[in-house]
Amino acid sequence: MGEEREQEKGKKKSGEFQVITEDQLDPQFKYEIIKEPGGENFLRCMQCGTCTASCPVKAIDPDYNCRRIIRMALIGDKESVLKSKFIWMCSTCYSCYERCPQDVKITELMFALKNIAVKYGYIHPSIKAQLDLLEKFGALLEISEFENRMREKYGLPKINQSPEKVKKVLEKEKIKDVIEGDS
Amino acid sequence: MDYALFLGCTVPARSLGYDISVRKVAKDLDINLIDVEGFSCCGFPTASIHRETSLALAAINLCLAEERNLNIITLCNSCTAYLTKVNMILKNNKETFEKVNEVLKANDLEFKGTIDVKHISRLLYEDIGTVKIEKTVKRSLDGIKVAPIYGCHYLKPSSIYNKFDDPEMPKSLDSIISATGATSLDFPEKILCCGGAILAIDENASMGMTHIVLDSVKSLEADAMATICPFCHLMYDEYQATIGNKYGKDYNIPSLFFSQLLGLAFGHEAKELGLKFNAVRTKNLVKKIMGGEQ
Ligand code: SF4
Ligand code: SF4
Repeated sequence: MGEEREQEKGKKKSGEFQVITEDQLDPQFKYEIIKEPGGENFLRCMQCGTCTASCPVKAIDPDYNCRRIIRMALIGDKESVLKSKFIWMCSTCYSCYERCPQDVKITELMFALKNIAVKYGYIHPSIKAQLDLLEKFGALLEISEFENRMREKYGLPKINQSPEKVKKVLEKEKIKDVIEGDS
Repeated sequence: MDYALFLGCTVPARSLGYDISVRKVAKDLDINLIDVEGFSCCGFPTASIHRETSLALAAINLCLAEERNLNIITLCNSCTAYLTKVNMILKNNKETFEKVNEVLKANDLEFKGTIDVKHISRLLYEDIGTVKIEKTVKRSLDGIKVAPIYGCHYLKPSSIYNKFDDPEMPKSLDSIISATGATSLDFPEKILCCGGAILAIDENASMGMTHIVLDSVKSLEADAMATICPFCHLMYDEYQATIGNKYGKDYNIPSLFFSQLLGLAFGHEAKELGLKFNAVRTKNLVKKIMGGEQ
């Protein structure tokens, strides 16, 4: 009952949930997931809901429901899963991972789903922005002259950011093609 | 003992109080932290995008520490989990090991699997020990109530951490806090997620998660919170007032890095511990601690 009400709410609020019909399902999707590192144990899910009950994101936003994401993936609602904002909303807290009786390793499964989504060209813009920073600074934040002067003032060693090694990895992995969904 | 200090992206830019106080406290405890030229992002931010890339990014840092024959000490929970995890994968999975080493060739690096990774709090708990911490205390924090904030990746996934602490009922940070003479508060929210990881994805959910913990700490009348991760600090300290406004609460809870608290207990002055970088004012707390000395 409670769940039903939630789903109704989800429908109204975000428009994410529509009635799912057979023709939009891809029965191969689940095999794609178990091949992806992190997705190996995914078929073991018995829909007990321990993950959702443990989830701190769900505690704030009832529309976020990891068990439902798993179910949608299981029945093959590929597009809804990969396009969904929800897969990016996992805070990677590992609470569900620790408690799942079937050792589904949900947090890792979420990483797998995100990796698959990226392959199809769906990437969250804020994550994409991080890549540019990594390429520029080898880190998510710049340590400029200003920061280094501050560091010096407080007796901290200067930091020379050296993005070269990071850049070489990004080039070798063809990350630009990956996020275009070309891989 | 010598260790490679891995600061990660956030600490050297945004958490100077952590950087400063960890170095102070380490010195008091005869821990020699060495800065390694060339350390870069731990790789975790790219794990959502492309696993292989993130493994190689983590491995760069592992290799640089290996070259110097140093174990890595981390300050950020996410760096800790990611470097620990990748180190474990590369040590145990031959196929991944070979793949990553192939990528690393572009940087003339080779992962060998000779070092370990530990969070500074775990190092203090496991290797330095609370007895030594007690002996180093010059100014007891007796009468100060501290809420320990564990964050997520320091304890979880527990499968990578060799059971050094219990992910559901941890005690490592509590015992470090108790060693200073302070009272470490017991409350279930101490293991909850700060929400920092999804701040850029969904601000509402993120701050909502922070406020659950802040509410609980407030109700316990804690004198301070002790964090061990720059993201927890960002949420509980830098964003505390914003979140208070959003939820109509006046929290005003000093949120310190655990090393800042230790530093106070070891007899250092506030200005030696970078407390001026904390957003929530710590003046009254420091006064309470210094009470007897003034
Ligand atoms: S806790 Fe595990 S088995 Fe239960 S619903 Fe979640 S993933 Fe499935
Ligand atoms: S890891 Fe993600 S899905 Fe699991 S409990 Fe935490 S936020 Fe929820």
